[in-house]
Amino acid sequence: MSSNNNTTVSPGGLPSRRNTELLMLVFAVVIPVFAYANVGLAKDGTLPAGMLGYGLGLGLLAGVTHLAVRRWAPYADPLMLPLATLLNGLGLVLIWRLDQEPTITTDALGGPMAPNQLMWSTVGVALFIGVLLLLKDHRLLQRYTYISMVVALVLLALPIFVGKEINGARIWVQIPGVGSLQPGEFAKIVIAIFFAGYLMVKRDALALASRRFMGLYLPRGRDLGPILVIWAISLLILIFETDLGTSLLFFGIFVVMLYVATERTSWIVFGLLLSASGAVFVASTNAHVGERVDNWLNPLDRAANDGVTETAQAMFSFGSGGLFGSGLGQGYSRLISGIAPKSDYILATVGEELGLAGLMAIIMLYALLIERGMRTALAARDPFGKLLAIGLAGVFAIQVFVVAGGVTALIPLTGMTMPFLAQGGSSVIANWALIALLLRISDTARRPAPAPAPSLDSEMTQVVRP
Amino acid sequence: MSELTLTVMRLGFLAVLWLFVIVAVQVIRSDLFGTRVTQRAAVRRPDQAAAQRRPQQQQQGQAKPAGRGRQRRGAPTKLVVTEGSLTGTTVALQGQTITLGRAHDSTIVLDDDYASGRHARIYPDQNGQWIVEDLGSTNGTYLDRGRLTTPVPIPPGAPIRIGKTVIELRK
Repeated sequence: MSSNNNTTVSPGGLPSRRNTELLMLVFAVVIPVFAYANVGLAKDGTLPAGMLGYGLGLGLLAGVTHLAVRRWAPYADPLMLPLATLLNGLGLVLIWRLDQEPTITTDALGGPMAPNQLMWSTVGVALFIGVLLLLKDHRLLQRYTYISMVVALVLLALPIFVGKEINGARIWVQIPGVGSLQPGEFAKIVIAIFFAGYLMVKRDALALASRRFMGLYLPRGRDLGPILVIWAISLLILIFETDLGTSLLFFGIFVVMLYVATERTSWIVFGLLLSASGAVFVASTNAHVGERVDNWLNPLDRAANDGVTETAQAMFSFGSGGLFGSGLGQGYSRLISGIAPKSDYILATVGEELGLAGLMAIIMLYALLIERGMRTALAARDPFGKLLAIGLAGVFAIQVFVVAGGVTALIPLTGMTMPFLAQGGSSVIANWALIALLLRISDTARRPAPAPAPSLDSEMTQVVRP
Repeated sequence: MSELTLTVMRLGFLAVLWLFVIVAVQVIRSDLFGTRVTQRAAVRRPDQAAAQRRPQQQQQGQAKPAGRGRQRRGAPTKLVVTEGSLTGTTVALQGQTITLGRAHDSTIVLDDDYASGRHARIYPDQNGQWIVEDLGSTNGTYLDRGRLTTPVPIPPGAPIRIGKTVIELRK
């Protein structure tokens, strides 16, 4: 019978944990600087000249975001910001490392991309701070449910009309003087807002008005309407923009949010059946998508450029990386053609230079970020916030799955970017905004409830004298 | 740059990357539990000390050693809060008396408007059977459905309800 079991357990207000965040942020800045030094030592034998500036720049960005969170979202989750910073920092290092390869940094391919990526990251951080500053309560977004739907559809349809086709996919919009932008990256956030607002209102009708058949809840015919409309839209994206990734993302996020809102497994079954049949149909009719599927099924066939397919090249990278990798700056992922190693195939570089151990660490970072999003959804007290957090975390999860699955040849490759890691301005900006929204929800969720107003009944009765 | 340095850096970088992951998981681990557990080893009230002395005297007096500190087979080993603001909290049962209530020196401090300052206590009797006793609370202590009037042995898994908080003893 020891007396040191004598412990006190009390609920206590959640600490804001901003200092934990600061420590993790410092760690998250130090790791990319280490990687930067590692690349420089491996390639030239000296520390790279820009290391100090780069480290200070990343540190400055992290510091500014931290101060913004401290000021405007003091109870937000302590882990999301460091995870995003680390992924962004590692992405910058990897792009800079691939810029050192002359064969894939020719002017025809766009020259070095790390400076641009750093600029886009800065814009992303600015948007992050803007969201935290201007959006004081995520429930404001609920008012714009149907406006979000229109905005999302416009953003999605934009490339069909004013877009240009790059590498067979029509997902870019050229903005004079700025560069090309992928509206789909922003549409994914806006559509999550729409789904959250819509499902919050309709979920009871979708969940309760159903018949039970063979262990599945079959929704009524008219309740099937929305899922069929979204399915049709995602198929239209697939056909007109030939972008499997975006299409999968939008349909996937709808099914995930529908499932979370209604707790009916039947939606998942319907979603899988519909997406599978849609994908098979489009793959057999559309040439570009068909080619991607063919590359996936037969990666070792001769490709159009008289070499092996990019899928096979990525697999070779993973294979040569082995368990612990060749070391940063010592891989050969430049052999993957074009700028693909910096964008779609950046995971192949991770797999080759950091090996399976490094790749798993990166995937763990993504998993932790997604877990924090899910945790935010669990902790949120309002249904809109719950659904929005699930939606945003789901967007992130599906995007990671689609890209990582494509690069590792689990599913056919699609033209999406690895969030934060891969080269791409729109992606990094949109993902910083996504993190800001999640932090806003988590700040509201973790904020201690205000102390109740002192009730008059409990006051001591006072003697009133004339 | 020598091969050795590069190898050390390569493995070092992987180690640092995983260290970040592990530290992040540690941050979450403490974040999962919304409760604060503070050790109070040094403070011991006189009546507790007296309560600890008593079984020794009884052991001396009785022929059959009751062995209050000894765990019986199949005896519960922990107290779990299953409902209320402290949900998920566990307290190891190691022969000590557990007091529940809003008072700050209770073992489990209930943040509940329906709980009294000293609401109830849970303690092992001479045979190691755990007993729950209502300490004259305003709103009562319920074992399963019945309101407690006298100290009652706790059957394993039976819910004890105090206001909005429900606790159970588990193995």
